[in-house]
Amino acid sequence: MKTSRDVVSVDARPAARSVFNVYKIREDFPILRQKIHGKPLVYLDNAATTQKPEKVIEALHRFYSQYNSNVHRGVHSLSEQATEAYEDARSKVQRFIHACHVHEIVFVRSTTEAINLVAQSYGRKYVKSGDEIIISAMEHHSNIVPWQMLCEEKGAVLRVVPINDQGELLLEEYEKLFNPRTRLVSVAHVSNALGTVLPVRTIIDMAHRRNVPVLIDGAQSVPHLKVDVQQLDCEFYAFSGHKLFGPTGVGILYGKSALLENMPPYQGGGDMISSVTFEKTIYNVLPFKFEAGTPNIAGAIGLGMAIDYLDEVGLGNVAVYEQELLCYATEVLSTIPRLRIIGTAREKVGVLSFVIEGAHPHDVGTVLDQEGIAIRTGHHCAQPVMDRFAVPATARASVALYNTREEVDALARAIHKAIELFC
Amino acid sequence: MSYLNDLYQEVILDHNRKPRNFRELEDANRKADGYNPLCGDKVTVYIRLEDDVVKDVSFKGSGCAISTASASLMTETLKGKTRSEIAALFKAFRSLVTGKSDATVKQAELGKLAVFHGVSEFPVRVKCATLAWHTLQAALENQQETVSTE
Repeated sequence: MKTSRDVVSVDARPAARSVFNVYKIREDFPILRQKIHGKPLVYLDNAATTQKPEKVIEALHRFYSQYNSNVHRGVHSLSEQATEAYEDARSKVQRFIHACHVHEIVFVRSTTEAINLVAQSYGRKYVKSGDEIIISAMEHHSNIVPWQMLCEEKGAVLRVVPINDQGELLLEEYEKLFNPRTRLVSVAHVSNALGTVLPVRTIIDMAHRRNVPVLIDGAQSVPHLKVDVQQLDCEFYAFSGHKLFGPTGVGILYGKSALLENMPPYQGGGDMISSVTFEKTIYNVLPFKFEAGTPNIAGAIGLGMAIDYLDEVGLGNVAVYEQELLCYATEVLSTIPRLRIIGTAREKVGVLSFVIEGAHPHDVGTVLDQEGIAIRTGHHCAQPVMDRFAVPATARASVALYNTREEVDALARAIHKAIELFC
Repeated sequence: MSYLNDLYQEVILDHNRKPRNFRELEDANRKADGYNPLCGDKVTVYIRLEDDVVKDVSFKGSGCAISTASASLMTETLKGKTRSEIAALFKAFRSLVTGKSDATVKQAELGKLAVFHGVSEFPVRVKCATLAWHTLQAALENQQETVSTE
């Protein structure tokens, strides 16, 4: 695992740490003030979804109470205001991931929809019978199933890069999977079940040497790592707003404009056209070609506000803080007898998956909940990962910028309680 | 912790640690697989049915304490029962764990199985408690497909 010193180079100025005060951060998140079963809420299910800062909640409230209106249509004041705020959010996303053009940012529902969009639009156009698509063995179902559907339709083949016992991608095996029929690589930036940070820069380089485009599933990376899509040079990057302290129901597909231009629309409807007659329809320009129907306007605006919030806190500060917290949590959990951490890659962020000999994750989750601690138990929509480690499920604690060492201690105490009960 | 103690009663913890009838049944003439995709619990139920009476029953699989104990206690309860008696028992058990039963009446009827009354306070765990029963039902009906709780 990385040490905090390594992470400073991600983005942070060395002095930045002194300005990061987790207790002050916590005050920004109203939901954290409550008790569950009489105990202070310890929210450690951030890989599933993150909590929202007051600012984001206020932005949603402001939209609906002051300027709710449809976008890109009306000439009236409210519509103009809504359109401006919606498009402003798009610009914030562009800056956040360092995209070259604002029209490369497509608003979708979620990471899942972004991947489906690429599979159904890019994939159906360019993938033919006998072609191959490469994914990794630690993908979320949302980066497996859309490709399986495409492969089934086209008679194409899905190839899977294996991982080692630490949960790290085997790059040499990845290299071997390429052949002249390889059409696309689609891998996670960070594994949701294991926390592994994949070497995406290398993965992309290796694909580009063979002129193969790459989609990166960034659902688990954007809340933890600085992302620069131009530096990565990936063709597509997908992520969700709700894992980034924004609202649910809004996600982002970034695509290089040259590719997006040549892709057919994903859905037909309003806003994605520039003219319609019964004889012929001319599609709208990017990004609107891919945004059929009234979008999640409030959600996009809320996501823009979440990005503002992260800018204020500084993602570099967050990365350093979280890395220290994850190191601490790993240390503390490693001392618990019968507990085995699943996913011990050298480069990890955010996630601690574990199993306890003699106590099923589901039971552990129930005991923890009674202590006010929210974790996720189950297969984390990554059943192939569970099969790889020969476990039916894991318990997963995942941290965000508002979690504290005291919360990690509370987690450890509750795990001891569960062990006492079941073992 | 009181709800928790209600859920994980000593009998349940004991059956989880040492599940009874936890084996394949060599002379089984009925068998079915069950799966709870929510938590990954898997169970296979084996039955030897003779003249509509369960002569022997066993199970294999992996799951949480609730599903393991439920399967274990179920197998202990069923031997010698007819299909219609079992159907009535399952109905009563389901009512118990979903909190829809008149506790006093049903608990008498359910005997040992009444220890699962605490499940009703944990709606997400109902499927854990009923997985083995659904699978049993499938085995009795000779269903070939894996039973899913979803």
